[in-house]
Amino acid sequence: MADKLQNIQIRTEALSLHYGAFQALKEVDLDIPARRITALIGPSGCGKSTFLKTLNRMNDLIEGVRVSGKVLIDGEDIYDPAVDVPLLRKKIGMVFQKPNPFPMTVYDNIAYGPRIHGIRNRRDLDEIVVRSLKDAALWPEVKDRLKTNALDLSGGQQQRLCIARALAVEPEILLLDESTSALDPASTSKIEDLMTQLKARYTIVMVTHNMQQAARISDWTAVFMLGEVIEYNRTGQLFNQPREQQTEAYLTGRFG
Amino acid sequence: MAILHTSTGKHHRIPSVTRGRKLDRLMPLVLLVASMVPILTTFGIVITLAADAWRFFAVVPLSEVFSTELAPLRAEPSFGILPLVNGTVLTSLIAMLVAIPVGLGTALYLSEFTSNRVRKIIKPIIEVIAGVPTIVYGYFAYSFVTPLLIKLLPGLGAKNVLSPGLVMGVMIIPIVASLSEDAMNAVQGSLREGAYALGSTRFEVAGKVVMPAAMSGIIASFVLGISRAVGETMIVSIASGSSKRFSFDITQSMQTMTGYIVEFTSGDAASGTTGYYSLYAVGLLLFIFTLILNLVSQAITRRFRLRAG
Ligand SMILES: Nc1ncnc2c1ncn2[C@@H]1O[C@H](COP(=O)(O)OP(=O)(O)OP(=O)(O)O)[C@@H](O)[C@H]1O
Ligand SMILES: [Mg+2]
Repeated sequence: MADKLQNIQIRTEALSLHYGAFQALKEVDLDIPARRITALIGPSGCGKSTFLKTLNRMNDLIEGVRVSGKVLIDGEDIYDPAVDVPLLRKKIGMVFQKPNPFPMTVYDNIAYGPRIHGIRNRRDLDEIVVRSLKDAALWPEVKDRLKTNALDLSGGQQQRLCIARALAVEPEILLLDESTSALDPASTSKIEDLMTQLKARYTIVMVTHNMQQAARISDWTAVFMLGEVIEYNRTGQLFNQPREQQTEAYLTGRFG
Repeated sequence: MAILHTSTGKHHRIPSVTRGRKLDRLMPLVLLVASMVPILTTFGIVITLAADAWRFFAVVPLSEVFSTELAPLRAEPSFGILPLVNGTVLTSLIAMLVAIPVGLGTALYLSEFTSNRVRKIIKPIIEVIAGVPTIVYGYFAYSFVTPLLIKLLPGLGAKNVLSPGLVMGVMIIPIVASLSEDAMNAVQGSLREGAYALGSTRFEVAGKVVMPAAMSGIIASFVLGISRAVGETMIVSIASGSSKRFSFDITQSMQTMTGYIVEFTSGDAASGTTGYYSLYAVGLLLFIFTLILNLVSQAITRRFRLRAG
């Protein structure tokens, strides 16, 4: 590794994952720094989403998945049988490719997470809703529409609502899976600005197919290829002087 | 027939094209006629019912109709409908007290708590229950469930409301379970993912995200279940008897609206008498009952669909 990583929050050791007989991740070793943006790039089907979902154990929901190796978050193996999975997922927020707000009001969408984690007091909930919406740069647009159905918002607003919903449970880590790929440029740049602000408080891991986006906002970039990480480095270095030929081929669009 | 002039100058007939055109024009007409069948039948039912029910209401004052005194075969007969409404409501209520929790629980289990493999085995089995002829259920209620219940409740009558109510509930479980499960299954996986990613347990995902999102379908399944209960005839005719007393004692015999119709169409009322026309009055009421239920179900479905997008 060209540059020494400090303050590692997520570490995977020989992480492999099988969907039935198909091996989607092959012994991935990756150290992800705290309070930085780490981008995962690579051609379609190379295992980026799969890797991201191993970090909050969303793969547990898929039948026939086998995971081996380790995922350490703050030094703790999250695949240890003693781990409380819902609590783990509370600590690790996730935003998906397509906005998936619940069919309820804007308010209830944000309050959903805090409520299931035991916050009942109306005043506390109000405060969380306002703070989360502000943090997700959505507050000015919805402050008079808290009681409207979230599905009536625009796509970009819905995606920021999903970010706000994730922030409302006070996670330490945010996982984003191509979360701007379905959005218009204006919404995308809003969310990118948001990420650069949020990294002061959160560790962000984002999958993206948008090279400019990775270059613009990420600090570290990992390149996936066929279930393996072929190169991992500071974003600037990786984009300017890729060590692997495959990386260069991918970055210049001659691959995938 | 169309005749094409080709470059070689020969004439080619292509009959299939023209026949296709005619069919294209005819087909909508055929389909229209087909679609009119149920509509016309319904109209026919309403008109027959209403015409003969009219003869009843022309003779019997409304104050008598909405009384609790039902004695159609007495020398001076009385035609209070409330005992029948009561019998229908009570049996249906008992049925739904069984069918809603068990059916909904089954649907939740199948949709949220088990693997696809298990669901594919269990669901068809449950749906088979819905195909059992109701006369079998009636017999089952009368000759098996009632004697069993009498051991627990010594005061229970040989004909009573409780036993057919319970059995009817079992009969309706598949309706509620199957339709609710369909509704829950139709909830997009992305909503479940979103909920799990926030740290929800399976119960929270099922109860707070999937069920609300599927609410229109779930309520529609309840309403359909209620319509089935209200319209169910065989089970109650056999097992709840034909007592026309007005009471709320579910351990005793009562007659439902459907039971009344069965009793009197099988011969007791001479054609042309008020008793005979009372059948149509009850039939009309039953029709209105189920119509209202259907309208309610549609209204609810529409409202929730608007909300759920
Ligand atoms: N549920 C699943 N069952 C079986 N195979 C799967 C499943 N999900 C993903 N895969 C396979 O695992 C591999 C990695 O998929 P993954 O979704 O992680 O790719 P990705 O890098 O995120 O691709 P994209 O950029 O298109 O989103 C692919 O070959 C895919 O077909
Ligand atoms: Mg993906």
